[in-house]
Amino acid sequence: MPRDNSIKKVLVIGSGPIVIGQAAEFDYSGTQACQSIKEEGIEVVLVNSNPATIMTDLGMAHYTYIEPLTIDFLEKVIAKERPDSIIAGMGGQTGLNLSCELYDRGILDKYHVKVIGTSIESIKEGEDRDSFKRLMERTNQPIVESDIVTDVDSAIDFAQTIGYPVIVRPAYTLGGTGGGIAHNEAELREICTQGLHLSRVGQVLIEKSIAGWKEIEFEVMRDGAGNCITVCSMENVDPVGVHTGDSIVVAPAQTLSDREYQMLRSAAINIINSIEIKGGCNVQFALDPNSYNYAVIEINPRVSRSSALASKAQAIPLPRSAPK
Amino acid sequence: MKKTVKAELILENGVRFKGNAFGYIKETVGEVVFTTGMTGYQETLTDPSFAGQIVTMTYPLIGNYGINLEDMESRKPFLKGFVVREKCDVPNNWRCEMDIDNFLFQNKIMGLENIDTRALTRVLRDHGTMRGIITTRVDDLTPSQIKQKFDTYTNAYAVKETTIDKPYVISGRGTHLAVLDCGIKHGILRDLSKRGCKLSVFPAFTSAEEILAADPDAIFLGNGPGDPKDIPDVVETVRKLIDTGLPVLGICLGHQLISLALGCNTTRLKFGHHGGNHPVKDLKTGRVYITSQNHEFVVSDLSEDVEATFINVNDGSIEGIRHKTKPVYSVQFHPEASPGPLDTQELFDRFIKMIEEVKPHAKR
Amino acid sequence: MGTKMMATGEIMSIGKSFEAALLKGVRSLEIGQYGLERKSSKARDLETLKKRVVTPDDERLFDMAEMIRRGYKVEKICQITGMDLFFVHKIANLVEMEEELKTMKLEDFTKESLMYFKEKGFSDKAISRFVGCTPPDIYDLRKKWDIMPVFKMVDTCAGEFEAVTPYYYSSYDTENEVVVSNKKKVMVIGSGPIRIGQGIEFDYCSVHCIMALKKKGIETIIVNNNPETVSTDFDTADKLYFEPLTEEDVLNVVELEKPDGVILQFGGQTAIKLAGFFDEMHIPILGTLPEQIDEAEDREKFDAVLETLGISRPKGKGVWSVAEGIETAEKLGFPVLVRPSYVLGGQGMEITYNDDQLKMYLADAFEKDSKNPVLIDRYLSGREIEVDAICDGTDVYIPGIMEHLERAGVHSGDSISIYPPQNISDDMKHQIMDVTKKISVALKVIGMINIQFIDFKGELNIIEVNPRSSRTVPYITKVTGVPVIDIATRVMLGEKLADMGYGTGICDEPDVVAVKVPVFSTEKLPQVEVSLGPEMRSTGEVLGVGYNLENALYKGFIAAGMTIPKAGSTIIATVGNKDHEDFVKIAKRCDALGCNFIATKGTARALKEAGIECKLVKKISEGVPNIIDTIRSGVVDLIVDIPKKANNKKSDGFKIRRTAVESSVTLITAMDTFNAMVNVMEKHIDQDKLDIFDINKDMRK
Repeated sequence: MPRDNSIKKVLVIGSGPIVIGQAAEFDYSGTQACQSIKEEGIEVVLVNSNPATIMTDLGMAHYTYIEPLTIDFLEKVIAKERPDSIIAGMGGQTGLNLSCELYDRGILDKYHVKVIGTSIESIKEGEDRDSFKRLMERTNQPIVESDIVTDVDSAIDFAQTIGYPVIVRPAYTLGGTGGGIAHNEAELREICTQGLHLSRVGQVLIEKSIAGWKEIEFEVMRDGAGNCITVCSMENVDPVGVHTGDSIVVAPAQTLSDREYQMLRSAAINIINSIEIKGGCNVQFALDPNSYNYAVIEINPRVSRSSALASKAQAIPLPRSAPK
Repeated sequence: MKKTVKAELILENGVRFKGNAFGYIKETVGEVVFTTGMTGYQETLTDPSFAGQIVTMTYPLIGNYGINLEDMESRKPFLKGFVVREKCDVPNNWRCEMDIDNFLFQNKIMGLENIDTRALTRVLRDHGTMRGIITTRVDDLTPSQIKQKFDTYTNAYAVKETTIDKPYVISGRGTHLAVLDCGIKHGILRDLSKRGCKLSVFPAFTSAEEILAADPDAIFLGNGPGDPKDIPDVVETVRKLIDTGLPVLGICLGHQLISLALGCNTTRLKFGHHGGNHPVKDLKTGRVYITSQNHEFVVSDLSEDVEATFINVNDGSIEGIRHKTKPVYSVQFHPEASPGPLDTQELFDRFIKMIEEVKPHAKR
Repeated sequence: MGTKMMATGEIMSIGKSFEAALLKGVRSLEIGQYGLERKSSKARDLETLKKRVVTPDDERLFDMAEMIRRGYKVEKICQITGMDLFFVHKIANLVEMEEELKTMKLEDFTKESLMYFKEKGFSDKAISRFVGCTPPDIYDLRKKWDIMPVFKMVDTCAGEFEAVTPYYYSSYDTENEVVVSNKKKVMVIGSGPIRIGQGIEFDYCSVHCIMALKKKGIETIIVNNNPETVSTDFDTADKLYFEPLTEEDVLNVVELEKPDGVILQFGGQTAIKLAGFFDEMHIPILGTLPEQIDEAEDREKFDAVLETLGISRPKGKGVWSVAEGIETAEKLGFPVLVRPSYVLGGQGMEITYNDDQLKMYLADAFEKDSKNPVLIDRYLSGREIEVDAICDGTDVYIPGIMEHLERAGVHSGDSISIYPPQNISDDMKHQIMDVTKKISVALKVIGMINIQFIDFKGELNIIEVNPRSSRTVPYITKVTGVPVIDIATRVMLGEKLADMGYGTGICDEPDVVAVKVPVFSTEKLPQVEVSLGPEMRSTGEVLGVGYNLENALYKGFIAAGMTIPKAGSTIIATVGNKDHEDFVKIAKRCDALGCNFIATKGTARALKEAGIECKLVKKISEGVPNIIDTIRSGVVDLIVDIPKKANNKKSDGFKIRRTAVESSVTLITAMDTFNAMVNVMEKHIDQDKLDIFDINKDMRK
């Protein structure tokens, strides 16, 4: 597939300081991305507030700004450097959120910055809980019974209808921040309040708990022509209920028969085809250990912690290929 | 520590691997190949294309989800031996009905475990597919005994061994296909039947006349074991069937038989393609699909009337052909997968569509 | 553990079977576990274990193993935990094997049986612990029977094609795929998984060391087990060995590759811990030698060195009992700093202000570990200064002297670090240079050294010396433009500083001020104390760069996610009595800027007495609605909570601070930070006018 030659200067947003939920994997991916883009003869402008990374090394990017990762400072960098494009998916959740916000606030338009790689719409489809739900309905993929709420009372009402325990998932947060499992109304109230507060868009998803189901992930890669490969499958040794970042994870998945494996693999491919991802994506499934029933839990249309694991487990550097 | 029976694999080039026996213990000789699929060992075990072969699994943990009666690709395993790094003795899956050790035992297949399968894979990829003996007479066979075993081994009758005895019909209301069973996988039959096809399944050496007497809309040639050049009678039958003007479709061995019938040539690959991650490119659209493959032989030279439709991205070999004018179309890979990726399933829909388009004209 | 992630980092382990990979993984965690038997799990009764595995925490693997060990039914474990039988069965396999080992003696092993255990992933240490012999005993047996691991390549294709990824893992198999070259080669030990106290900074150093070695045409080998980092990118070094960073596993690689030298200075505490072992095995170490490392880490030896050099350090000693501790503290005078020996990140370190606090701490410490002393030092309150230096045995080069914003008592990793220093006289800088040189040369440092000082009433005191790279190196490198690791590596290879063109002494200061601000993830970790103290708590850091200190701080605070109050902002304050005086001085300035105060009783009174208006809010013990509710209500912009004593989970202060963090309200727990914040506020910085800096060219004009 031919390269877009109008791209001359790309802005890459890093992932900021190491925090729980977003650690070094983005240094690895950001560094690979910078090198990969440089290889193509394109200039790289990097912004990241974290001075400890290789990514923010002298000379890693053509222009390196160790500045606060806020919209105001990003705009300053854009105004000074005038990149023509921006890649959203190399800075983890932080990079993604900031890219979306720059887009929403019209700053990308103002400075004529094009989003390359996975589009903002696709990112939102993956991240925004409402869009995610609609996307799954559109692609005929089963999801766990859930509803989006923007206030605590609606959460309680919905929980009444689907029954406890329920899981709270705030939109646009990393590492499941602000979320949790609620076994009763009191717990739901507490968790939900915090979740709404921490979500960038004041949105949380209330979902039926499928504790005990197997948690299987796929790292997939797709190019602009629609060619897809599943780079790696992973199975969480700890079942659904423990965040995948805290679980012991084994690659490849161990307990799936070929039929189950292919079923999920095909589902993952269908999903990334429908949101037309260009680059890497992580798809998380829950699989009933006693039937073929499964549900899509989450998709991350960006390089993630799992892709670092997948890259190293398979010796296929995902973050290097994704930007190309 | 469990009690184990020692066994070894002796390769034709002298390299030996010592391990433990499992399954049904009997000495066995076969063509040693490796397959890279990480799931689907049951489908692999029961794939008749492996008849005459000793199959090595590159993935080190095999048997994790056990064996079930549903995922059988044929009536029984036809392979000569099964080599793994570690077999699972306590499988777990909701459909698991038996463990792999027992399955092999019941079907009288010899297994070898606890060898360095990666080292074996590397030998095979560097030196090519070769014969091997699995024996419990460790360090006991004399060089002449070994030579004799290798010399007397042949896989020329593999199709005869795996084909069915009598024809049968799988009913359906849609397109009527006459299927030649040269060791066909149930997955292919399933995928065709799923699409409403009526399938008249014939043993491999059935005459063209008898097949045509069933009045099919098209002919389908499935997969099977061995060298296509070992069954010239079947190639001749295929030639006759093509000449009738009926659509003729094929997968794997079927594709090779069709190609030979059309005047192309087949050759042996160094170590074959076995696994579920082979990328093939559709020459018309440029799209690449990940496919399941299991073959030692490949179509190598195309005759004038034939053009390639798919090629393998890894080594450029031919993965699919079509006749330039006649409705003849075949692929080397397995769109039915079982095991493997389902990316090319829609090929079956394409086949059927093609048959339906040709139907009014093909009726003589 | 639940749906909210809490892990700071991860390891990856590769093996030929699930058991082998799991055991490799366990020993990669650096928690002293080499098998599945854990002391704390052993001490729990079955009922407790069962409850614990149902709501998993980080010890669930060991608790589960213990249950199996006691005969608990495997299927039932699957049922209550939801874990697949496939995995639980594998764990049961390992437990069974461990139990079998317990019944064996060294003489019972046969070549076959030992091979079986090694294949399943048992390290020599694990086997020896269960059998009751020493790891060298097992090692010797293996050597005798030629049971040595081989290395396989991770090639993306199961061996189907010839691959070129120079990325390997060990397994007990027949074929070795590594081609060992006879070029000059150096092995670098990585820093393992990311955790509090040892984060990505060390990986930065490892990678740069490799780059420096490569430039010199030396073949580079890295051994590390962290899948998230650039050091384990197989493009970084010429060869990557993805293995646990334990003695045996690293030795395996050394025995195969026979490197000309091994570098331990860039792998944090993880690598330094291996120094003694390497020395024993006569493996050549580049840079500062193990005996010297020991001199720096061992308190008594180090004190002796300082004594000879005439350098001041806060008086202190190691004690072995509560009684001894009290006696020592009384001689030194309170407050005293207490900590267990040989730890990282100040783990377990605390400041105690009186006998009772000290008694409680010591009793607890000796219960946890009765074999090692607790170190008690006089606590000197003063400005804290940090130095990273490179020594070649004769000369010293200091890329930067850093000043900490918070006074001594706050772990250096959690302090705001300022470079160039703003409050250190030239005379003091010369003293620092002088002392640094003296210590480095006396300790025969070849490579990096990190020293922490306190300026106590004009007198320079040493608190700590680490003969290795530290976490401040990356940022100093970027701000000064000096390739610190490159220089250090070359020094370790034998070059002299005088010949390198950077000179010796202290590097010239850049034209900007750079401030490193720590970032915490404590909102993710319930039940964890949030305030700054001697125990390190931050997980990461950000940088703020400006033409003056206040501009830099402004950016640093913003980058760290803090809000800077302005006119009309609401500040909640609750401050211990002893800090009222200092607090009020600063509060007056806030008041002048138009901020509104809400405070708890004692603090409110102090404010009112100083003429500052403030609203009263109830303490938690005084009923509802109280300070917690106010914080949660969202009206507060900043919370100043300076505790009397931290780490007491039952205290009100603890709860207040946790609420602050969970409600994402900017929290300040040290007076110095508050002061700095107000300095910034007084500047009325216009964000639009702030400069941005491309570090590649804007640090020096």
